[in-house]
Amino acid sequence: MPETFEPRIVAFFCNWCTYTAADLAGVSRMRHAPNARIIRLMCSGRVDPQFILEAFARGADGVLIGGCHPNDCHYIEGNYKCLRRFRLLRRMLDDMGVEEKRCRLEWISASEGDKVKRVINEMVEQLKALGPLDLPGRFRDWDKEVAELEHAASAASAPCDCHAHKEEAAHA
Amino acid sequence: MPEKPKVAFYWCASCGGCEESVVDLAEDILMVVENVEIVFWPVAMDFKKKDVEAMPDGSIAACFLNGAIRTEEQEEMAHLLRRKSKVLIAYGACAHLGGIPALANQFSRERVMEWAYDKCPTVTNAKGTRPQVEFKDGARTATLPAFRNVVRALDQVVDVDYYIPGCAPTPKLLKDAVVALLSGKLPPKGTTLAPDIALCDECPRKSSKPTDVGFAEFRRPHMAEIDPNLCMLAQGFVCMGPATRGGCGALCLNGNMPCTGCFGPTSRVRDQGAKILSSICSSIAPKDEAGIDGVLEGIPDPVGTFYRYGLARCLLRRRVDIKDGAEVAAK
Ligand code: SF4
Ligand code: SF4
Ligand code: FES
Repeated sequence: MPETFEPRIVAFFCNWCTYTAADLAGVSRMRHAPNARIIRLMCSGRVDPQFILEAFARGADGVLIGGCHPNDCHYIEGNYKCLRRFRLLRRMLDDMGVEEKRCRLEWISASEGDKVKRVINEMVEQLKALGPLDLPGRFRDWDKEVAELEHAASAASAPCDCHAHKEEAAHA
Repeated sequence: MPEKPKVAFYWCASCGGCEESVVDLAEDILMVVENVEIVFWPVAMDFKKKDVEAMPDGSIAACFLNGAIRTEEQEEMAHLLRRKSKVLIAYGACAHLGGIPALANQFSRERVMEWAYDKCPTVTNAKGTRPQVEFKDGARTATLPAFRNVVRALDQVVDVDYYIPGCAPTPKLLKDAVVALLSGKLPPKGTTLAPDIALCDECPRKSSKPTDVGFAEFRRPHMAEIDPNLCMLAQGFVCMGPATRGGCGALCLNGNMPCTGCFGPTSRVRDQGAKILSSICSSIAPKDEAGIDGVLEGIPDPVGTFYRYGLARCLLRRRVDIKDGAEVAAK
């Protein structure tokens, strides 16, 4: 692992609590690690598990979800939905070899700017210890075993009008 | 007389069910044979790879290729048939999404070999023989295609024009595809040739599908008697219907079994497993961690349940921490 590894965190924060808390942390000039890219959603109940997988697949080292405390969700039930999905997704990620600390759910109310700071700093430390996840790099590695043949196949073929070659020509 | 369009069928990592589904066309197969010339179909007719190699590039009107891609030979054939075919169709769940073979993406190649040639209780292999890509016996050399680390869907290896879903596809879908081919009325490239709407829409149990189930437990089909008329979700059985493309006619539901998702997702879903997880979990009754976990115990194997046919197409593609090439410790 390179000395300078800076983990990338994708943070899905709900508009009414955690995003407001992050804002508060900002205006209060609290310093926290700059590693989190915050994506504002209306509610933690909007965090589709597909977003989380996609974040990892596109190179996130960690995903943080922030929502209102139980009983405080602006939409009444959203954070419970989020929690239920998270519990099974967590187990599924485990089965897929994604370490537990890479995906975290926290309830952070609008007044808890300090908690935003603590959670992000903590997560950055934990991800530094784990090292990069780098799924795009892993995908490339896995596909090396087929790249060679692909190359040979396109070299062997004379120009023809099949789709593959039209595409190839269009991209050339 | 104008030449009949040339058609090829081929199989890769598959069980043979997709080949069976071609035969299941029954009388309609006569319509197919009448209108097309089958130039390659190893399971039924005697053609060799060299026959395909001798064909001009792009001379096959359509190739229906079933099975996932696991070995070097399958890759080679996929490239060859891609080159020779105007239209390449991923036929069936394995070519479409990786299928059952892609469940092996949870394990390293070594673990798979170790199980198949050693640890599996029905295997006797005292000498610990393992397949080799090359084996010399005196002056003779025998070769086997390399076994790749990852199981792939067809479009993860070559460019694919259309997808026909299903494990196996129903004869109706194949017939519709052939008719579309013959009439030249093909949809845009990349289309899955089945309705783009969730299975629930054509399920006879649809009217009893609850808007909010409030699962207090999950039951598995072998553990309970299944009501033949009530929506599976209303009975606490995991049903992939809400995240699965329709077009099969709700075959499994008509056989009183929950849908396991073989048609894959609709075009609006990026990851079928994550989608059904999302939909099912959101309607669990409890609101606290312990209560939720208790209900979720009824889904002991989320990967095998939600990605039964689609692990190769999961956004993560395979278990991400596998170290390829490292021998696993004997255990
Ligand atoms: S969930 Fe399953 S049983 Fe219920 S309507 Fe949908 S496909 Fe039918
Ligand atoms: S009900 Fe589901 S598993 Fe059964 S054939 Fe249809 S799509 Fe496939
Ligand atoms: S609005 Fe904050 S979790 Fe729903």
